[in-house]
Amino acid sequence: MNTSRTERGVTYGILGLFALIALTPVAGILSTALSSQSSLDTGFALPDGLNWGNFADAWTRGHFGSYLFSSVLVAVAVVAATTVLATLAAYAFGTMRFPGSNWLFYLFVVGLTLPQEAVIVPLYFDLRHWGLTNTYWGLILPQTAQSLAFGVFWMRTYFRNTPRSLLEAARIDGATHWSTLTRILVPMGRPAFSTLTVIVFMWTWNEFLMALVMVSDEAHRTVPLGLAFFQGQHSSDTALLAAAATLIALPVVLVYLVLQRRFIQGMLTGSAKE
Amino acid sequence: MSAHTGTGSRGSSAALRRLAARYRRQAPGEPRAVGYLYVLPALAVFGVFLLWPLGQTGWLSLLHWDGLTRASWAGLDNYQDLLTDPELRAPFAHAAVLLLFYAVLPVAIGLLLTAALTRFRIRGMTFYRTVLFLPQVLAMVVVGVAWRAVLAPDGLLNDTLGAVGLDGLARSWLGDDTWALPAVGAIGTWVETGLCLVLFLAGAQRIPRELYEAARIDGAGPVREFFAVTLPGLRAEIAVALTLTMVAALRNFDLIYITTSGGPGNATSVPAYEVYRRAFESGEVGSASAMGITLTAVIFALTMVVTRLVEGRRR
Repeated sequence: MNTSRTERGVTYGILGLFALIALTPVAGILSTALSSQSSLDTGFALPDGLNWGNFADAWTRGHFGSYLFSSVLVAVAVVAATTVLATLAAYAFGTMRFPGSNWLFYLFVVGLTLPQEAVIVPLYFDLRHWGLTNTYWGLILPQTAQSLAFGVFWMRTYFRNTPRSLLEAARIDGATHWSTLTRILVPMGRPAFSTLTVIVFMWTWNEFLMALVMVSDEAHRTVPLGLAFFQGQHSSDTALLAAAATLIALPVVLVYLVLQRRFIQGMLTGSAKE
Repeated sequence: MSAHTGTGSRGSSAALRRLAARYRRQAPGEPRAVGYLYVLPALAVFGVFLLWPLGQTGWLSLLHWDGLTRASWAGLDNYQDLLTDPELRAPFAHAAVLLLFYAVLPVAIGLLLTAALTRFRIRGMTFYRTVLFLPQVLAMVVVGVAWRAVLAPDGLLNDTLGAVGLDGLARSWLGDDTWALPAVGAIGTWVETGLCLVLFLAGAQRIPRELYEAARIDGAGPVREFFAVTLPGLRAEIAVALTLTMVAALRNFDLIYITTSGGPGNATSVPAYEVYRRAFESGEVGSASAMGITLTAVIFALTMVVTRLVEGRRR
């Protein structure tokens, strides 16, 4: 199509500008993370060398080693539980008809837009009553429940879109509903599962409010919570703060760079569309 | 409901037998009771840790309770306070301002950029998409830490203003009574714009090329082309973008906690933050719950309005 040279120039210029705006805070954090700790500037700092020691300091002095352990444990558990439970439920919603199935499905979909603020207050008192505050269970179970809304919705779409004929063929070959799921649909659904996994992993990894409310002892702190406390105590230690922020963001950003398409696809379906 | 139970009681054993016969068949997609078994584990977790607490929030919102001593009945007092108490109304007004920054502005910018970007094939689009979407995957806590360094008194923004000779505009952005809320809003714009743009670009690719060519043959310039072809073609995407960004704006807790803690004064307090503060810091559990329920109602109502208006769906 005919577009003038100036128009192209302007377009690339605008794109470049927005890319720059998107990257500046990220680059600022990276650069500060590598700068020397003596700087008193609370803004970004330019490194006078590569001070990798900041990461080691954040790891030991900021206790981020132990926070990362908690985060990994909780994220893995939530992803595993969500994947299994959501797959089972979505299989029923997507391939079987039973009275009330639509109604039950919409109950899950409601969870997609439900803000945490609607449940967090009694949830705290309940979990405290059950002795689950300050445990990993207190983080895993509620976050699994929250992720199930997306999980069930997402996997149901996958099961809905598998060809009917495939299910019929499996049935004629004498496959039970269980083996149809485990032998055929699950192995076939790798793209759907990988989207589900990365999205739930990211949500859990970045979750803040739940950890803030449910965990008060240091042993079970996850990384976002650790960063918030670290900021409260060492707000002048910008280099360490930036190094800690980098450590938190890194795992998700790395996965994002590799599986960009899955991320975008999953996050844009986050709004309930039927 | 009652009409159905009336017919159900008549000849119920025959109906039951028919039902049972239907469920015995083994075809997937056919009615099967075994579906309940598959749904049960997920429903149990979802029910205990989400639906049940939701109901409890509704109950707590009807009580006066400090979280420690005996609660007393409040009726609708807590909701009435939301309407009359300026301290409780302010967070909702702030949330409305944030909606502009989180939803309206990103959608507008996204649409403008899309209009510019669909005029010809962009080289390196994957790179731009990856970069522009990046803020979405960062933890809000990390975003908050990064932006504090931008907006701090000796931060990047003031340094930049100083470098171009606009020292007069420099201020402590997050500590300023008037500027703290727009400053937090700007962070939201930064986070959400990429999401809108990526969504719209994907949608614009699905608009048939012939429509653009037809518009050009009719002599439409970039502006007419945008209003006649691009905008109508993106209806569904605009609805999704508005829904996602509005929900993000109203759920906004992490960012406020990290950047301003609702301050200075209560200049940046938002409902999500107030729920936390009241329930866990100042011991006003009933009031916090009423706020949580109201916030939920607002989110559901807005989502519904957007779906109806923008997407033009009838259901």
